[in-house]
Formats: sequence, structure tokens, C-alpha cells
Amino acid sequence: MTWVLRMFSTSIGKKQLMAVTGLLFLLFLTTHLLGNLSIYGGSPAFVAYAEHLHALGKLLVVAEVGLVVALIIHVTLAVILFFENRRSRPVKYAVDKSGGGGRTFSSRTMPYTGLLILGFIVVHLTTFSHHIVDQTTRNIFQIAVAVFSQKLYLAIYLLGVLVVAFHVRHGLWSAFQTVGANHPKYMPFIQKLSIVFAVIVAIGFGSLPLAILALR
Amino acid sequence: MSGKTINLTLKVWRQPGAKAPGRLETYRAENISTDASFLEMLDIVNEGLTLEGKEPVAFDHDCREGICGMCGSVVNGRPHGPERETTLCQLHMRHFADGDTVVIEPFRARALPVVKDLVVDRSALDQVMAAGGFISVNTGQAPEANSLPVPKDKADLAMDAAACIGCGACIAACPNASAMLFTSAKVSQFALLPHGRPEAARRALAMLAQMDACGFGNCTNHQECEVECPKGISISNIARLNREFIKAALGSAEELPVIK
Repeated sequence: MTWVLRMFSTSIGKKQLMAVTGLLFLLFLTTHLLGNLSIYGGSPAFVAYAEHLHALGKLLVVAEVGLVVALIIHVTLAVILFFENRRSRPVKYAVDKSGGGGRTFSSRTMPYTGLLILGFIVVHLTTFSHHIVDQTTRNIFQIAVAVFSQKLYLAIYLLGVLVVAFHVRHGLWSAFQTVGANHPKYMPFIQKLSIVFAVIVAIGFGSLPLAILALR
Repeated sequence: MSGKTINLTLKVWRQPGAKAPGRLETYRAENISTDASFLEMLDIVNEGLTLEGKEPVAFDHDCREGICGMCGSVVNGRPHGPERETTLCQLHMRHFADGDTVVIEPFRARALPVVKDLVVDRSALDQVMAAGGFISVNTGQAPEANSLPVPKDKADLAMDAAACIGCGACIAACPNASAMLFTSAKVSQFALLPHGRPEAARRALAMLAQMDACGFGNCTNHQECEVECPKGISISNIARLNREFIKAALGSAEELPVIK
């Protein structure tokens, strides 16, 4: 099986692992948002969604372990790729600009938005995860109200969501390109989908704390 | 001939040798005809430097017709200058205004080291080609042209990929100094044609392994290569190489070659 390791240690192999794990996170973001949108059905609907999710039991554990493994792969490769790419140009340009307009704000900030997201995940899990926060005395809605009532956490959350949106805006189409899914008929749609998905993430998740605070 | 002339301030990277330290030197380029090409403008500046007893600026050039892939410097942060799908030799001074400051730097990449001033060593690109950028055919009579049918759309795509002149602007433009556009164009020009299919898996892995061994960066889809390519090579070729890699890595018996 060493051939597998050798294939995935090539530049394309590493990028494709980044792409596949990234696509997995996009799938997670989609289900996470769809589930959390239950808040618009009022606090009982939101609490019921959380209870149903936790009732999945072992299935939920499998999903969590899968996400953690994907996160470790994604972050490890990101660090390796970041330093390899820095090393590939030892002398920088005196004039360094994107005159042709290939780079976007999202594409050039990917390593930094990625790092911020990692920090955000830590804060987010320590404030909400049922593994860390005791949910026996308070339900998830009451926990959310308590967290978002603190201006600092509200600001971190909103900023985190915005950073995720920028990361996704380059990540989505980039993942398709890296796994080879570039087609003259579908690529323009995928590139637009990248922007639309980013906006949905920003507005969708960004509106959640405001809805929670309005419902309290 | 318009007869119009302009004066420019040049900031040119001067470096006496591969190991020597370099720096930007300022020169005046005066009475430059707007009909002159960028390289002709450098020729005129070099004439002046020679008459002053100074070392002329060394720069890469050959055909000056935009087809050989020899020229190319980074002009104001852009490989081959500001015009789309134009090599530096085909860039005319009418695209600059009187009084402009023009910064001229060599292509920057660990895999393309500076030899002198603006001259870079592009042997790495030859090594990538030598690793698999060919088809193996037995010598003998030329086969009947229509014995291998090639669909027109595939022939067109192969021709578009083969338009790559190997100048290295994609590497110079890439924020990661990745050679994926070059390598993918060279893999694509064979992968798209029936003649190239028998060795497609071996070729994709060999050229990829060599590209990685040369010390190029990793593609992160900034698309800078595509916008700066003087031949308009599309990043859809990079996606094709990514597909060829999956087919070769997971769907063929070929091994990744070891590069010393």
C-alpha cells in the first residue's frame, strides 16, 4: 500500500486530499445550516432538532470522527502546502500585484482564513458542543441565548461566519477544479455557485444568533 | 510610423551572476519610438550603456516573433508586461505613457534560478518534458493519416494546449511558483489524441514526479497563470491533468517514478 502514500504525497495528490476533505466540510456546512434553520420554527422546534440529532447515537459519533479525521488531514496538508509554496519563491518580486485579475481576495487569503476558522471551531465547540457544555440543566436554545447575549461571543461568531464564507467562496470551485471536474458547460455554474454558497453561508448562519436573540 | 517618442524611467534588476547579490538599478530610456518593441527599447538602452562603458543588461530573447518562448521578464509585476496574450517581444512601447516608471524583474522561482540580470535558467521545464512529454513510435513509413480518426473538437483542444511555448510566464505569475499550467498543457496535448493514449498514465505520473522534484510550488487555483499566459492556455488543462492523475494513480498499474 506504499503506492497510495506515494501517490498522495505528490503535489496533485495532496491537493486532491485537500479538495475531497474540503468538499466534505461543505456537505457538513449544508446539513449544519439546514438543521439550525429550525430555529425559525421557534425554540421548541430548535430543541427538538437537537434532541433528534443526539438520538442518532453511534451514527453521530461516526460522523464526528469522520469530520475530525478530515479536519486533521485538511489542516496538516494546508500547513505543508503553505510552507512548500513559500519555499518555491525564495526571492520575492519588488512589484507584486495581480494586474491580470486572476487572484481574488478569497484565493489570496485562504491560508489565513483557514487558520482563523480553526480558531473559530475551537471557540464554537467549547461554547456549544454537547461533549463540552452540559445540556442536562439547560436546553440548546437557553445555551445559545446565554452565549449570544455576550457581545464578545456574538462578535466572534459573526466574524467567524464571515471568514468561513470567504474561505468557501474560493474553496468550492477550487475543489471541483482540483478533482478534475472542470467542464465548459458546468464550470461557469460551479463558479457562480461558489459565490452563492458563500452568501448563503454568511446570511444563513449570520442570521441565527439574531433570530435566537429575537426569540428569547 | 507615428514618429511619436516617449521617455521612461527604468528600474532594472541587475545581478552579475547566479550566486551574486542583485539589486534594482535606475536608468533613463529616452526618445523611445512608440513603434519600438519592449526588447528593442532594451536594445536602445543597452547601446547607451555600452557607449558609457557600462555592462549592458542581459535579457532572454530569440525569435522576437512571439513563438519561441525565450523572452519574458516581469514588467511592473506582470510577466510579459500588461498586454493580454502578448509576449514581451511583441509588446510595443505605445502601451506605455511618456514619463512612466517601468520596473523590470526576472521570473522569480526556486526552480528557475537567475543566471544573470533578467536571464533565468529554464532547464527545469526541459526536464519535465524529457520525463514524458513525447510519444514512443517505431521508425518506418509514415502511417496513413486517416487510420487513426481524431474528432475535430479533440484536435482543437490538443492544438490549443500545444500552443504553449514553454516560456515560464505561468510559473512567474503563480503566487506559489507552480508549473501546473505548463505541465498540464504538455500532458494534455498528448492525452487528447489517440497517439498519446497508450502512454498517458506513465506520462502523467513521470511528468508530475519530475515537476515536483524540480521544486515548483503547488497549484492553489489562483488563475494568475491563465490571465498572464501569452498563448491563452486555459486552466481547464490543469483539471485535465488532475483527471489524468486520478486515472493513472488509481486506475492503472503504473508506479510513480523515483526522481534522483
